[in-house]
Amino acid sequence: MHHLCRDCGKLWEPEAVGSAAGASCPICHSRRITSHTELVDLSIAHIDCDAFYASVEKRDNPDIRGKPVIVGGGKRGVVSAACYIARISGVRSAMPMFQALKRCPQAVVIPPDMKKYSAAGKQIRTLMEMVTPLVEPLSIDEAFLDLRGTESLHGTSPAQTLVNLVNRIEEEVGVTASIGLSYNKSLAKIASDLDKPRGFAIIGEDEALDFLEDKPVGLIWGVGKALRSSLEKDGISKIGELRRFSESELMRRYGAMGKRLHEFSHGRDIRGVDPISTPKNISTETTFNNDIEDVDVLARELWLLCDKLSTRLKKSATGGGTVTLKMKTADFKTVTRNRQLAVPTQLADDLYQTGRSLLEGVADGRKFRLIGIGVAKLVPASDADYADLADPDRARRVSVESAMDSLRERFGEKSVAKGRGLKPR
Amino acid sequence: MKLTIERATLLKSLGHVQSVVERRNTIPILSNVKMTAADGRLDLDATDMDLDIVAGVAADVSAPGSTTAPAHTLYEIVRKLPDGTQVELDATSDDGQLALRAGRSRFSLTCLPTEDFPVMAGGDATHTFSIAAGELRGLIDRTRFAISTEETRYYLNGIYLHSTDRDGTSVLRAVATDGHRLASVECPLPSGAAGMPGIIVPRKTIAELRKLIEDSSDDVDVSLSEFKIRFTFDGAVLTSKLIDGTFPDYQRVIPEGNDKEMDVECRMFGDAVDRVSAISSEKSRAVKMKLADGILTLSASSPEHGSASEEIEVDFAGDEIEIGFNSRYLLDIVQQVEGDAMRFVLADAASPTIIREVDDESALYVLMPMRV
Repeated sequence: MHHLCRDCGKLWEPEAVGSAAGASCPICHSRRITSHTELVDLSIAHIDCDAFYASVEKRDNPDIRGKPVIVGGGKRGVVSAACYIARISGVRSAMPMFQALKRCPQAVVIPPDMKKYSAAGKQIRTLMEMVTPLVEPLSIDEAFLDLRGTESLHGTSPAQTLVNLVNRIEEEVGVTASIGLSYNKSLAKIASDLDKPRGFAIIGEDEALDFLEDKPVGLIWGVGKALRSSLEKDGISKIGELRRFSESELMRRYGAMGKRLHEFSHGRDIRGVDPISTPKNISTETTFNNDIEDVDVLARELWLLCDKLSTRLKKSATGGGTVTLKMKTADFKTVTRNRQLAVPTQLADDLYQTGRSLLEGVADGRKFRLIGIGVAKLVPASDADYADLADPDRARRVSVESAMDSLRERFGEKSVAKGRGLKPR
Repeated sequence: MKLTIERATLLKSLGHVQSVVERRNTIPILSNVKMTAADGRLDLDATDMDLDIVAGVAADVSAPGSTTAPAHTLYEIVRKLPDGTQVELDATSDDGQLALRAGRSRFSLTCLPTEDFPVMAGGDATHTFSIAAGELRGLIDRTRFAISTEETRYYLNGIYLHSTDRDGTSVLRAVATDGHRLASVECPLPSGAAGMPGIIVPRKTIAELRKLIEDSSDDVDVSLSEFKIRFTFDGAVLTSKLIDGTFPDYQRVIPEGNDKEMDVECRMFGDAVDRVSAISSEKSRAVKMKLADGILTLSASSPEHGSASEEIEVDFAGDEIEIGFNSRYLLDIVQQVEGDAMRFVLADAASPTIIREVDDESALYVLMPMRV
């Protein structure tokens, strides 16, 4: 059994030092000790910041440190992040704001300041990349790290390196993070959630199968609501139950996903930590202050989103090959519709025309609380919006938008816009 | 209904109608062919609700009447009967079965009531004209290869047929495009077609029509409205719905300012493209054309297979130009050219190129270049 002090980074085997089973650190006497037989053997980690947006806000405003803090938008928005005090009252991220405030009326609500969070996120990313080049960001505040082969560089085992890293993040960025350490990505990600906040959890190879035995299948990467319910229909709700089936049986029942289920139920995940992992889709959405049923009003909101999405695509020199419209009804049913484009695009107008035609099929008089538009099947900009004999107007649309873009660059985002985004008086 | 008919005659007519019937049908009656016998004649009718073909043949009818039976099964049976057999079709019994007797073979096919068979009305035709079968084949053959199969832009899934005017002459023009290539072919406007609406005839209708008129040298009577088209000839009637959509304003994508002309002998060019493209990657099929004084160099390369090049003498005098095309698209066009020489009219490596026959103005092709 190895022990690691999470305050000073000291690693020891208690038998050698003779202290009382590693209850406190022989150097700094801290009681934040992580102990595990495979502590020095594991090197794939997932680092996840604790209540990131809320922590950044608390860092910048000492007055709210002892109070429940919710970061989220507007009367109709959802909780983007809830601090651990707010979580005691049952507030969770992605919860509608009114519900959150019902559970925790005294909470301090702060509208999100993405610029601030992304600056902190970048700082954290830089610190991670000083430890290993193999950093695969999952979002602004979490990432996978592959620390294999870094022992001789840092002179410390991966576990120590990680402890030093999160301590440095705490010192320099001012937010806390939790570590999950294991031998593959899926298990590392699960581990980082076990000991939050400011935690360090380990899932070793020897214990993985026992650990997974009773865990819900929803924990598996890629198992969403739909698959979970069809698994449940087949009498499978725990990961251990998947092991009753052969790989071919699972593949017959659940297609390509069956292979993943089989692998994961045996604690295996062959995905590597991929630092250049590019996004598979780009999307944007908005929740309305009041539910909307009028298709023209929905279309106006859609246009504003398409404009925004197009700007992001153009900035990242990307085009999308399929368009997805997402809508949520007043009673929280999510409806999505996809359409493949003849030619991948980054044009706001093309996104809108496709989205609008999908919208016509969805908006049937129901009230909606949310609309979103996204693209997938991403291609480089050079493969988007090329000339096409069946669309004589495309060249004109390309030049209209590039003229608008250069005006916006010189005179600001709001300097020029299409009339369809304006509200009638 | 009871009749006798020669096997080959029945097979040919069944062959004309059975391919309209979809292999999988949710509505059972749509799997059937309707047979109507009267006055020494058997009419076979098949439909998929969008397209309906009636083919009539002479038959020795002993009891007039009608019934419907599974089209593919009937076709398979008749196909397997020995040549020269007399086939007897008998639906006079009350058991809802069609008895088929030929030589020593006996078949009993389950029928469905004739009343359930959907009738496709021709609708009120606004325009009626006649066109020689050969002329119609020309319009179809030289454009159908460019029809798109893309579902999103359903209005490209057919041939756009319309009347227009070129240099003061009225023409009937057929256009098809899939975005990468465009084919436009015309013939003198038949009388009666003046002012007809522009219509998009679906791919399946085109395929069935083309089969029906394969050997015909007669005139085909065409009647059409905004919604339907009907072709009548030689005892057969094909009625089809049209694609409800707007065909793109294709005239605007036909370049006008291209100024580099290259004339090339058609077979030689086609054979060279075919050889060189053996090396290009399966996915892109790209070949590069490099034009310098009097010489066209075709080349292709792929990381897996290596490289190829071939030189052809051409009639070209202009600034050097390099341009890439999908070899398959080039060959599709070469196959349609009947004359000896074809002409490329180019602008630059990124702009659409016009291809046409040197001695025939009736067909024009536009091809988008590829980056190579």
